Amino acid sequence: MEALLDNYNTVAATTVRTWFKACKVEDIPKNGGACIKYQDKQIALFNFARKGKWYACQNLCPHKMEMVLSRGMIGDQEGMAKVACPMHKKTFSLETGENLNGDLQPIATYPVKIEEGFVYLGFSE
Amino acid sequence: MKRVLVVGNGMVGYKFCEKFVSQQQADDFELVVFGDEPRPAYDRVHLSEYFENQDAKALELAPADWYAENGIRLICDQRVTDIDAAQKQIRTANGRLHPYDYLVLATGSVPFVPPIPGVEKKGVFVYRTIEDLEGMMAYAKEINTKKPNGKAAILGGGLLGLEAGKAVLDMGLEPHVVEFAPKLMPRQLDARSSAVLQLKLESMGIHIHLSKATNKILGENAITGMEFSEDDTLDVDMLIISAGIRPRDELGNTCGLEMGTRGGFVVNDKMETSEPDIYAIGEIALYNQLIYGLVAPGYDMAEVAVQQILGDATTVMPAEIDMSTKLKLIGVDVASFGTPYMPADKGLSILFENKTKFTYKRINVSHDGKTLLGGILVGDADDYNILHQMYLNGMPLPDNAEELIVGARGEGGSAFGSAMALPDSAQICSCESISKGTICDSILDGSCSSFKDVVHATKAATGCGGCKPMVTDLVNESLKSMGKEVKEVICEHFDYSRQELYGIIKVKGITTYDEALDTIGKGDGCELCKPALASIFATIYNDTANKEAVIQDSNDRFLANIQRNGSYSVVPRIPGGEITPDRLIVLGEVAKKYNLYTKITGGQRIDLFGAELNDLPAIWEELIAVGFESGHAYGKSLRTVKSCVGSTWCRYGMDESVSFAIALEERYKGLRSPHKLKGGVSGCIRECAEARGKDFGVIAVEGGWNLYVCGNGGATPKHAQLLASQIDNETVIKYLDRFLMYYIRTAAPLVRTAAWLEKLEGGIEQLKKIVVEDSLQLAQDLEADMQDLVNKYECEWKQAVVNPEIRKRFSHFVNTDERDDNIAFVDLREQKMPEPWIN
Ligand code: SRM
Ligand SMILES: Cc1cc2nc3c(=O)[nH]c(=O)nc-3n(C[C@H](O)[C@H](O)[C@H](O)COP(=O)(O)OP(=O)(O)OC[C@H]3O[C@@H](n4cnc5c(N)ncnc54)[C@H](O)[C@@H]3O)c2cc1C
Ligand code: SF4
Ligand code: FES
Repeated sequence: MEALLDNYNTVAATTVRTWFKACKVEDIPKNGGACIKYQDKQIALFNFARKGKWYACQNLCPHKMEMVLSRGMIGDQEGMAKVACPMHKKTFSLETGENLNGDLQPIATYPVKIEEGFVYLGFSE
Repeated sequence: MKRVLVVGNGMVGYKFCEKFVSQQQADDFELVVFGDEPRPAYDRVHLSEYFENQDAKALELAPADWYAENGIRLICDQRVTDIDAAQKQIRTANGRLHPYDYLVLATGSVPFVPPIPGVEKKGVFVYRTIEDLEGMMAYAKEINTKKPNGKAAILGGGLLGLEAGKAVLDMGLEPHVVEFAPKLMPRQLDARSSAVLQLKLESMGIHIHLSKATNKILGENAITGMEFSEDDTLDVDMLIISAGIRPRDELGNTCGLEMGTRGGFVVNDKMETSEPDIYAIGEIALYNQLIYGLVAPGYDMAEVAVQQILGDATTVMPAEIDMSTKLKLIGVDVASFGTPYMPADKGLSILFENKTKFTYKRINVSHDGKTLLGGILVGDADDYNILHQMYLNGMPLPDNAEELIVGARGEGGSAFGSAMALPDSAQICSCESISKGTICDSILDGSCSSFKDVVHATKAATGCGGCKPMVTDLVNESLKSMGKEVKEVICEHFDYSRQELYGIIKVKGITTYDEALDTIGKGDGCELCKPALASIFATIYNDTANKEAVIQDSNDRFLANIQRNGSYSVVPRIPGGEITPDRLIVLGEVAKKYNLYTKITGGQRIDLFGAELNDLPAIWEELIAVGFESGHAYGKSLRTVKSCVGSTWCRYGMDESVSFAIALEERYKGLRSPHKLKGGVSGCIRECAEARGKDFGVIAVEGGWNLYVCGNGGATPKHAQLLASQIDNETVIKYLDRFLMYYIRTAAPLVRTAAWLEKLEGGIEQLKKIVVEDSLQLAQDLEADMQDLVNKYECEWKQAVVNPEIRKRFSHFVNTDERDDNIAFVDLREQKMPEPWIN
């Protein structure tokens, strides 16, 4: 289980070494998310159209170690973009990864960029 | 700088620290705390919650950082072994010496283990620390893997023993409570209330053995049973001892502190022990020759010790200590306060008992009938807080004191005034000693403006939580008295209740979620308002969950219930529970083809579990081909209308329950509502369909159907109440249309019909007026709305499988057709199940 978590570490925009071409913009529902596979990782990717922003984080919910976050509802808590896990509604900041309604460990977040209709995810390896 | 050493970092030791550092003079002191548990103090009162979440952090009273931030040195995992009172120093297990100016002993107690031969055997536990619970859980798991029907006994039928009984039940073992006395909770209950409680516990599956003295624990290495007398034994695989507590007073012997004959350090009302500058507080302190096994007196002692050390000699312990208690957690209300049972020469008792509902209430009043002296409540302790306050504050009783327990209920009235009638000095939160005045003032002086603020600022309701309803009332009433409107808004994005939103959306003709946010809301929404609005849109425009998929609750978005491991379940509708052999065969074939776990549900249908997201459309395509439809098992919508076999076959049947159940289920299928809706139809009063356990229930009687509404099973079972009797099929449908639509329009999100009715002013009588007599002149409107929804019904799975855009949603990854490699199944009784969660 720990090994699963170790596979996900936050990547800062400044440390990106690989931009992975994940999918087309229209593959992700507006104001919703879907899951991207990159090597042995599952990344939840969200098109937060209301904010005009894209977010990416690990698909793994640290609560019960299920690969489900991409199926959660997104929204904001006092302005902070967040996702609610579909299993037990634990919420996580999409900006910092912090668990907003509990003290689970933070989730890893990843940089996203959009170029010519494609979505790219940033990884440091 | 003076040094205060605290020995023991339990609940009371912690409270001492908290109270100490909140005082200004504390800056002149150095505070060092020793605890011999491996972690900082935690909430022992809520220890049983650890069984549910195994989250030690959630129980922490304060994180380790808190101590550092407040200048407290916390030394965990270190036992204090000696006190040298002459030199004013202590020694710890690692041999180090620590000098003190003041020493506070808060070493608490340990469970008392009676000297029964065999108690040392494997599988015998006590119930006090997180480590104890971990041991029990591991052992119970072992038992569960070895045999199907493991049993565990609890020695002691007191407050704690019953809590342990519930824990055993939750661990999947059969609980047996063994009590020496002839009644349960011998210290709090009289014989009759104990008998009522026993019935209730037995109905929950907890076995009770009274008047049993245990002679011996049986078994080789591990326990296999208990022996009461030669031919009286009980086979058990595990034992939890909960037979009282013994103070942890070993340290007393090292410095000659005065102790009681059954242990504990003798203290005076200043919490001083027999040695100068040594104080004792909490469950170690013997005050008035008693050990108080509750936190509230311990917290008061902590306050006294803090004030004494910091120089305020006037704060002392009251001579009498309130030992009122309310049992928590175990799914049955039990409370006792004041003098629970009393000799007739001191006062008189008023008793109420209803064994069919497992309730018993007793209040003791003075001979002149003017004051409340104490009482016992079993089965329904809703009024405990207010009765307790009346007792504590010596408030005058109403002329008909019996109304306090039998109530002017039902008509929505109550024999009590509101909590606002209490004097300001009334203690509302006894765990934290917070008075009514403190709570109301925090609102009136403008420093707080919500329940949350008040809890944060005053700490009220942070202990056992029993006072929450009263604090809420006080907060709301105080806000109202300042002219502030108190309303239930659905979340931070909409300043409206669900009912208001329904009206606004309908009037303004708002059709999308974003439009609602932009015109009447703020921010970007959340997991509370999205599904609530989706439900409102569904009622007004008859949208299925396929419209605006991203605002649907997660299960609705995928038209299936998510399971452990992220797979889904498939529940086709089987109206009334009636199914042809051919359709049964199809279900079997589909389950086989997609390797699904199958189970008959509690709602008379068949659930196919373990479907991967990617397979859902194909599975449904095959089911739809033979005429199945979505069962909406995932939705806040109509689930099932359960039916008994009825007059077509049953020798007692008065009418065709199956036909009518199918008709009702077909009518209301797809109807989305604030919470799920269930119905039932029974062919006679024997009630095999459990119709009165449903949101609406119909029972055939002589001359027609009786219609009941607002019942449910679940955590707080409620029987549905009679709305109309001896009516024909058409009238049932007419009333149901009105009732359901009125509920759907006015209830708050996730409030089921029973809870909704409880809040409806005037209760069932008012509902009868609205539905039967049409007092609000809404009937036509409600019926028309319902008919419109019925006419527009569409199966959302049918929509989904034929629409390639919607089908795309059902793929675990968007950038590959690969499956989720994290899903794992293991075998169970020739089927599959998810790999169990380990954290
Ligand atoms: C499958 C089933 C258990 C079974 O195998 O028998 C079940 C499964 C769940 N129930 Fe249930 N309940 C099932 C019958 C019941 C019944 C019995 C009945 O309907 O006669 C009850 C008591 C009756 C009642 O509802 O009043 C019942 C009372 C609950 C409750 C408590 C509701 C309450 O008001 O207190 C919940 C929790 C909730 O809804 O908030 C719940 C919630 C759930 C959830 C949704 C929990 C969850 O979020 O995952 C489970 C969904 C499992 C799934 O994915 O399918 N389930 N649940 C039953 C499905 C019936 C069906 O055919 O649709
Ligand atoms: C399961 C359970 C449910 C309960 N429910 C309720 C309830 O509903 N309501 C209620 O009022 N009360 C309840 N109680 C009782 C309540 O928990 C106790 O009254 C309270 O914890 C007493 O606090 P304390 O600080 O005196 O003792 P404790 O919390 O036991 O703390 C004493 C601490 O001192 C440590 N210690 C002892 N000796 C030494 C030493 N020599 N050196 C260093 N450290 C030492 C111990 O390890 C322990 O950590 C419950 C108790 C249990 C176990
Ligand atoms: S929610 Fe229902 S199905 Fe799930 S474990 Fe609880 S009782 Fe069983
Ligand atoms: S698994 Fe995500 S909240 Fe429980």
